[in-house]
Amino acid sequence: MTRPIPLLLLALAVALPLSLLAGRVWVDPWTTPNAAIILGELRLPRALLAVVVGGGLGAAGAAMQGYLRNPLADPGLFGIAPGAALGAVLSLLLGLPGGWLLPLFALAGAAGAMLLLALIAGRAGGIALFTLAGMMIASLAGALTSLAISLAPNAFATSEIVVWLMGALTDRGWPDVALAAPLTGAGIALLRLGGRGLDALTLGEAAARSLGVAPGRLQALLVAGIGLTVGSGVAVAGVIGFVGLMVPHLVRPLTDRRPASLIIPSALAGALLVLIADCLCRLLPLVTELRLGIALSLIGAPFFLHLLLKMRREAV
Amino acid sequence: MLEARGISLAGRLAGVSALLRAGEVTAICGPNGAGKSTLLQCLAGLLLPEGGAAMLDGANLASLEPRTRARAIGYLPQEGEIAWDLSVQNLVALGRLPYRDRGEAQVNAAIEALDLETLSTRPVSTLSGGEKARALLARVLAGEPRWLLADEPLAALDLGHQLDLVGRLREVARSGAGVVLVLHDLSLAMNHADRVLVLDKDGLVADAPPEVALDPELIEQVWGVPARWLGERGARALVAG
Repeated sequence: MTRPIPLLLLALAVALPLSLLAGRVWVDPWTTPNAAIILGELRLPRALLAVVVGGGLGAAGAAMQGYLRNPLADPGLFGIAPGAALGAVLSLLLGLPGGWLLPLFALAGAAGAMLLLALIAGRAGGIALFTLAGMMIASLAGALTSLAISLAPNAFATSEIVVWLMGALTDRGWPDVALAAPLTGAGIALLRLGGRGLDALTLGEAAARSLGVAPGRLQALLVAGIGLTVGSGVAVAGVIGFVGLMVPHLVRPLTDRRPASLIIPSALAGALLVLIADCLCRLLPLVTELRLGIALSLIGAPFFLHLLLKMRREAV
Repeated sequence: MLEARGISLAGRLAGVSALLRAGEVTAICGPNGAGKSTLLQCLAGLLLPEGGAAMLDGANLASLEPRTRARAIGYLPQEGEIAWDLSVQNLVALGRLPYRDRGEAQVNAAIEALDLETLSTRPVSTLSGGEKARALLARVLAGEPRWLLADEPLAALDLGHQLDLVGRLREVARSGAGVVLVLHDLSLAMNHADRVLVLDKDGLVADAPPEVALDPELIEQVWGVPARWLGERGARALVAG
């Protein structure tokens, strides 16, 4: 079923131009002074980055839930996002100059987590071992990140790291878009390639293999796809949680519920969610702008609890 | 032709050889832990034997492309898992995954063959146990496999649905495919299989028509339970003691 795709594309086409105008200062393209610079150099790259990061997280979440056959799975489970965060924190700790180095360190962290996952899980492609390995990598990366924070030379460095970890799209520019967009696009394409395998997994691991799915190949596609989408997302925007969990849920009822047909709609809906959430962060009348990562967690955690309550009711 | 050629696997199977024939229903029986499901998974190409090989038309299953194997051998696992709430139509269409096409004709034929037409748009979560078992069988048939291997397909069904499903499995065999079933219920094997393989922990102890393979003496030897058959051919019942 392709119905949700045009619907979501339309919504994005409406939301994207509107988001450019919204902010602490509402821009009127015809009367605001320097409107072209504000829109072209500040708001457009930021909006596109929101679309790219949200799209990657949405697609990664859909693929992850399909792979684990669990609607509560989140791409963070594989340890790739914490690995990327660790890389970024290291570059901050070392006081490296900004620009390209921080995203590169984050990508290296994501790649390290992916490599470790692939080494531990081996060639057999069993899902339980893989998930446990991912969770251990996540907690190891989390512990190392905490260690890095505690080793920060001064309070300023500590606060810089902590604020970065909260995730945001403030002060991002075209170089960030140029880095994240191709990597995320490639990642989504890889995840989509794994779609048939994810569909087959609906029937369980044994049935999927009997349908000709090669588990090792599917796992490799997912690790690479999630590594590229989530890794590049963390590299340019910090840690942004819950998008990968919430979005596939919201979109699933609009599709035929096959994991393969959920990936692209989830990418579009993730893009829309992060774009709107980022606008709201800009619009809220607070002294400092609300961090995007915090805002999405504030929406996401109650959503997750609502899901759990709903599942409990259904289980009774 | 599907063949087990001296299949051995760590402590579960010891040199099992058997030749399975197309157009027949073969039942694999044996006590718990005898390796029935393990043998079935080896024959489906899902487990790699440590010794021996599973052969399809003279070729080692392990050397076949997964998709080539998937087109020849359909496998129905015991659990009957359906992780997402697909419609019956979309569930059955999963059987076409080994092919590049959507196979609408084959999907519709499978839905018709199992009398699922009126249910085809229903979400699987709304099906009864019997309907779900039929839908899962239709999923395998949509791939038009030459071999249908099913692990305890009747275990979760009540008597009426057992008879219904076993009748449909016999139809599949009549149409020329080979049907191999792991069965716990010896009466079902006796009444509905053309051939029975009896496994115990030492390996294959019988490979014969059901009246011979499920002889009371052998049942006592393998299952450790004295038993006798009541009733007539085609409608026999096993009584312990």
